[in-house]
Amino acid sequence: MEKSTKSELLVAALENGTVIDHIPSDKVFSVVNLLGLNNIHKPITVGANLSSKKMGSKGIIKIADHYFTDSEVNKLSLIAPNIVLNTIKNYEVADKHTISMPDEIKGIVKCANPKCITNHEPMSTRFAVVDKVNGVLRCNYCNKEISIEEIKLL
Amino acid sequence: MINMEQSGKSLISLEELSKGEILELLRHASEFEKEPNRKILDGKVVATLFFEPSTRTRLSFETAVNRLGGRIIGFSDASTTSSTKGESLKDTIMMVSNYADLIIMRHYLEGAARYASEISPVPIINAGDGANQHPSQTMLDLYSIQKTQGRLDNLNIYLVGDLKFGRTVHSMLIAMRYFNPTFHFIAPNELKMPNIYKEFCKEHNMKFYEHSELSKEAIADADILYMTRVQKERFTDLMEYERVKDTFILRNDMLTDTKPNLRILHPLPRVNEIEQDIDTNPKAYYFQQAKNGLYVREALICNALNML
Repeated sequence: MEKSTKSELLVAALENGTVIDHIPSDKVFSVVNLLGLNNIHKPITVGANLSSKKMGSKGIIKIADHYFTDSEVNKLSLIAPNIVLNTIKNYEVADKHTISMPDEIKGIVKCANPKCITNHEPMSTRFAVVDKVNGVLRCNYCNKEISIEEIKLL
Repeated sequence: MINMEQSGKSLISLEELSKGEILELLRHASEFEKEPNRKILDGKVVATLFFEPSTRTRLSFETAVNRLGGRIIGFSDASTTSSTKGESLKDTIMMVSNYADLIIMRHYLEGAARYASEISPVPIINAGDGANQHPSQTMLDLYSIQKTQGRLDNLNIYLVGDLKFGRTVHSMLIAMRYFNPTFHFIAPNELKMPNIYKEFCKEHNMKFYEHSELSKEAIADADILYMTRVQKERFTDLMEYERVKDTFILRNDMLTDTKPNLRILHPLPRVNEIEQDIDTNPKAYYFQQAKNGLYVREALICNALNML
């Protein structure tokens, strides 16, 4: 495993918690909002515009003593598909995986169709991911397709 | 989800039916045509919930229930129900499913029937959800094609009029994917077949040709001419509407050189897109087509109740 980059050193400095790496620089604050980090009262480090061999420029967020659920992680795939999530336990990377878009997205995204039933009933939305490369979702209810650029989150 | 074990089979969209299931339903419909009055729904209660008025569809479904000996509860206009008091669709469905064995519903919101089928303990038949799906219409279109042509395979099907917003023509494409049709799309520029459906045709190896004019020459090879209404309110450019409004009207003289087996279909209501004097032409089939809806709906109702 490579251990030379600055971001890896930042990871090593965390005893327990989560490191979200390879965030596109312009999406760092979207990740902050999406995960509601302003409501987490734990030490948080946010880095933006860090140099990256792979991406040129990237962002990184460290959250001490906090772990995320699958549905929270799913949300991230909607704004930046190649984010890497590191789970740190006892200064070690206990789990490291790239977030990938799930086959189905439940209850995170709002349907863009104003005549869709999901915008009128107290119910959860559901989308099939029909194109993972270009990020196209199809509403399970009204069948309208929306692209990832135009989605609104609930 | 509330109902884990629904009694019966909901019908929400034709996309979920296999070729075998479609053919089987059409076969049952032809049996009902031979003998439409059967008391097989004796003791059953069917609810017709029309949150949006649709006289034609409701009368057809209700006639089907009556001819099968079932009883009907329901409403034909949501303004007389609790939904005007702010009751959710879910609560209406849960309440009605206490009384009925089957719910047939029309709703102005897209996806309403799918949602109802997820929460209802009794099966749901979608009788139209906004601009989304109307499977019983498509089934009666298929039945009419099969009945008049003797087959569904390898036909030249011409879709005319509003191909952009027309729900029936989109469902037709989806349903015909099993039967190797050749489509011709005849529409004004503003109402052309959307790309998403042209892509669907390509994915399923269905040939299609596009025309911007309805003429004698354009329809010479047609087996089925499926007419739809060109509605003024669909146009953003009213000049364009004025220019095309009379060019998508089918006239009797256009039919002289058409194939003898040609039949003209229309989901109705018609306004002026088929001239009245065509009604007596043997190639006109739209009124029989509507009548076929009765037999098809008898089959769909019995299928939903697991009674076929």
